[in-house]
Amino acid sequence: MNHLLQVENMKVEFRTAKGPLTAVRSISFHVDKGETLCIVGESGCGKSITSLSIMGLLPQNGNIVEGSIKLENDKLVGLTDEQLQSYRGNKISMIFQEPMTALNPVFTIGYQLQEPLLIHKKISKKEAKQASIELLRKVGIPNPEEKINQYPHQLSGGMRQRVMIAMALACEPLLLIADEPTTALDVTIQAQILDLIEELKEQMGMGVIFVTHDMGVVAEIADRVMVMYAGEVVEMSDAQTIFANPKHPYTQGLLAAVPDVEADAHELNVIPGSMPNLDEKIEGCRFHPRCPFATDICRQKNPPTFKISENQEVKCWLQEAKMHIESAATS
Amino acid sequence: MVQFIIRRFAQMVLLLIGISFIVFMSMHLAPGDPATIIGGPTATKSDIEAIRADLGLNKPVLVQYIDYMNGLIHGDLGYSYRTGQSVTEAITTRFPITIKLAVASMIVAIVIGITAGIISARKPNSMLDFASTTFSLVGVSIPNFWLGTMLILLFSVNLQWLPIGGLNSPFYTTEGFKELILPAITLGTSTAAIIARMTRSSMLEVAQADYIRTARAKGVKQRKVVWVHSLRNALIPVLTVAGINFGGLLGGTIITEQVFAINGIGRLMIEGIASRDFPMVQGTVLLVAGIFVFINLIVDLLYAAVDPRISYD
Repeated sequence: MNHLLQVENMKVEFRTAKGPLTAVRSISFHVDKGETLCIVGESGCGKSITSLSIMGLLPQNGNIVEGSIKLENDKLVGLTDEQLQSYRGNKISMIFQEPMTALNPVFTIGYQLQEPLLIHKKISKKEAKQASIELLRKVGIPNPEEKINQYPHQLSGGMRQRVMIAMALACEPLLLIADEPTTALDVTIQAQILDLIEELKEQMGMGVIFVTHDMGVVAEIADRVMVMYAGEVVEMSDAQTIFANPKHPYTQGLLAAVPDVEADAHELNVIPGSMPNLDEKIEGCRFHPRCPFATDICRQKNPPTFKISENQEVKCWLQEAKMHIESAATS
Repeated sequence: MVQFIIRRFAQMVLLLIGISFIVFMSMHLAPGDPATIIGGPTATKSDIEAIRADLGLNKPVLVQYIDYMNGLIHGDLGYSYRTGQSVTEAITTRFPITIKLAVASMIVAIVIGITAGIISARKPNSMLDFASTTFSLVGVSIPNFWLGTMLILLFSVNLQWLPIGGLNSPFYTTEGFKELILPAITLGTSTAAIIARMTRSSMLEVAQADYIRTARAKGVKQRKVVWVHSLRNALIPVLTVAGINFGGLLGGTIITEQVFAINGIGRLMIEGIASRDFPMVQGTVLLVAGIFVFINLIVDLLYAAVDPRISYD
């Protein structure tokens, strides 16, 4: 089956004064129509870089050095910036983390909303204005006729994020990338925005990549989950399995780190140590210095990805051992 | 908005009174007696006393100041000690020339400065950026009078393309335009350099902004991202710098007018200072100070036009 988005062996490097740094190490994944893929991981694991790579919006010193990105049948890697412009905001859209700074302070909401419409659709200014009012209404902004003449600073954070969503959805994209869109908002607004994205996804049947570090958000919206660590995908599975049966020690650590309000002892579980720097050389599995189960092979060889079931893939040597035991038991 | 403007005008009046006091006092405290200059080397003591009495210079300084202010309120800036001409009249005939020079220089500064700044910021650390930042450094460092003299030497004396000096024909005639080129470049270069630096750093800062990424994520063309989304935001600090430098530019006309033999306010001021022509110096300084304060008001109003977050209501 053809996936909506297919990323294969994508490797992203940054040129620096100290030589190239690898931020994303040969990752592969796909997203289907009407599906929400959550990318989860700590800050610096490469999840934002992954989404910017798909948009073709990497910083100037960043580059996709290997691999391919396919949207339906179009190859995106290797296109010029100009060619990518016709995809951005049109077939692929993105919502960012900071609604307070993501809108241009000197232009009206209406102007900024109409921009993608005027660029990608052949419509008149009048039609674009009408469409932008409709979009604002769709994302639940009261008095859209008035709001299009206001400036971003006149709206609250939640309202601005709604405007961002309206802008991203203006051209009814096939794929929406949401990079921590609710992190900067307070919890009640967060729930509203998540519901809104879910609802619009159902309506338009688009694929969604949702980048977050909040396991609560993942539980609420994910169809499938991709866990990233230090530029690699360490576990990929459907949402139920990830919560019920996490396999990678890092995923287990992440889930254990979610505070449990019902527990007697209100102590947070933490994963010891911290994410390695991009320029840090690590032999073997990139997680082994922080892994409680690390063995000799973990320190020597980077594990391959083990497919343990139709819906679950894990990049961890422990799985190999288990698979041996299982196969021994069955034979 | 109207209230803001009225309040600013009231402040402006107070400020100008303060400036007039300082200028008046510094002129009177400075060595050199206008009466001896007017009397000339052959004048006797009693001649000089008579001149002093005639000009009211024998009264206490404070009384003289009050007399001067009294005249000022009635729109009378006094009469030149040197020529007897009314200061108001002298200023009105010379002022348009200086304004012409200052505005032309400002246009040179803004056009060159902003263009160079944008070119720099589009590809930081490229050859073009290097050329543009070098121009800025040289431009700020070169003294006006030297640049003016060199330009005259090259374009007027050697190549004979442009006139050596003067600023007499109207600017819209070919002759008048040619006259304006060298002085405007001389006076505008350092401001152009400052604006170029400010534009460069401001554009680079804005390029990192989240809303620029948003614009690109919408599929906005690179050129439009630069000229529409970035520039308007980046111009806000540039506006401040340009406004402040307009004052410096007015000060700079003194030297430029001298170099190019232009009969503007600057020359009037220099002649006044040289001959201890108190009313003339006070009149011209007050005028320049007034324009400076006024330009600042205009800049503040422009902020509100460029940046919707600023409002004076």
